Amino acid sequence: MPINKVVASFDEAVADIRDGATIMIGGFGTVASCPSCLLEALARKGVKDLVTISNTTGFGSDVWKLLGYKFAEDADILFRNGMVKKAIAAAPVSSIYQNTFEKLLRAGKVGVEMVPQGTLAERIRAAKAGLGPVYIPVGVGTVVEEGKEKREFNGRAYLLEHPLTADFALIKAHQGDRWGNLTYRRTSRTFNATMAGAAKVTIAEVDELVELGEIDPECVVTPMAYVDRIVLRPKEAAGEDKPISEQALESHRRFQERGSA
Amino acid sequence: MTEEKFRLDRQTMALRVAREFQDGNVINLGIGIPVLASNFVPAGREVVFHSENGVLGFGEVTNVGEGDPDFVNAGGQTVKIIPGTSFFDHDESFTIVRGGHLDICVLGAFQVSEKGDLANWMVPERKTGTIGGAMDLALGAKRLIVTMNHVTKEGEPRVVKECTYPITALACVDLIVTDIAVIEVTANGLVLKEVAPSWSPEEVQKHTEPRLIVSPECREIEL
Repeated sequence: MPINKVVASFDEAVADIRDGATIMIGGFGTVASCPSCLLEALARKGVKDLVTISNTTGFGSDVWKLLGYKFAEDADILFRNGMVKKAIAAAPVSSIYQNTFEKLLRAGKVGVEMVPQGTLAERIRAAKAGLGPVYIPVGVGTVVEEGKEKREFNGRAYLLEHPLTADFALIKAHQGDRWGNLTYRRTSRTFNATMAGAAKVTIAEVDELVELGEIDPECVVTPMAYVDRIVLRPKEAAGEDKPISEQALESHRRFQERGSA
Repeated sequence: MTEEKFRLDRQTMALRVAREFQDGNVINLGIGIPVLASNFVPAGREVVFHSENGVLGFGEVTNVGEGDPDFVNAGGQTVKIIPGTSFFDHDESFTIVRGGHLDICVLGAFQVSEKGDLANWMVPERKTGTIGGAMDLALGAKRLIVTMNHVTKEGEPRVVKECTYPITALACVDLIVTDIAVIEVTANGLVLKEVAPSWSPEEVQKHTEPRLIVSPECREIEL
């Protein structure tokens, strides 16, 4: 029987994500690199007590709509809907904008584990590669070393960091075929390609579905063995029109001045 | 009194930082003043910029709305593609950072200690902060340049004996470029190499907590 990982809808793709699941969310922080439609579908499904693993915790759709994005949802939608109990992230709060996550954190309604960005990537890679814990020098002498084994090799101190796996990885790719081979566009590759295959189930949201063989084998970035489901993003976003918040407008002004953090 | 004295502005500090860039350097620039240094690469020198989100070799920031949303720098600003650009995933990007493949990294800071410890990820009063890629970059780059104002808004030194802000990485800073001085971190201590126009080494020392070793070649910052 022909292999076919293509799923007809986003709702179907996330249907088996249950309360308490651990979810990797791909992307860097910019919405273009984020699996927006999968996150929207998960919010519609309405599960709770999720643990998220992602670089940022999202800025919210208002911020992205102001910048002209049609697909504007990021991880913020899960926090806005009270679906997350803990976030594992490298950049959970922003220096220019108080996101939903930060408000929840200050209210004691969500937990956080902050991880240096490279350690986050390496812990995910360790899980993907079937490795055990890895000795990493980053974080020595900082808050990151609390509770971790510290050991010296050749005169340099390292911390023992454990692999990070998940029940599901939600990622955004550019092209995909029915086997699950994927390509990405430019800097939107980031954590998407890193997370592919690091969870029990990897679900990819793609801009284009292409025929098997259409992607040059030399150019496949994520080979099919890492991917379980593929869903095609529609050409137009469905989203409803609602007023943009004052806070988002202020953040937009500051972003235009200097970029985000 | 010191309020009236000349201080380098952000652009000028970035200009001074960029004079450190050598031909062929692979460089990562942090958000804020560091990223401005990309505008001041000395004429005739070819350098390659790295960004955490998976790119080596990119051009200037585009006008808002004109760039490709799938091509951004670490600050999320759209940038221009140039001949030679390469893209890779996050794991590869930090393999470059942590494996010692960056020649120079430039970061902003809240405090630097006399041993070269860096504190730049969290203001204690805010109770939370963001580590992001700072710890990786601080430790991984072959040469770390820090740029910051010499004192806080309240006039407290940012070059200190021991950092009181949460640490980013220990003994990692090589050069400090401030609005009044250029200081090298050495095994013997902090060496004052350059002072801003109208500043004497003694005046810089007054705004610096640890003792500065004044270099015999100490001179005015060349701009």
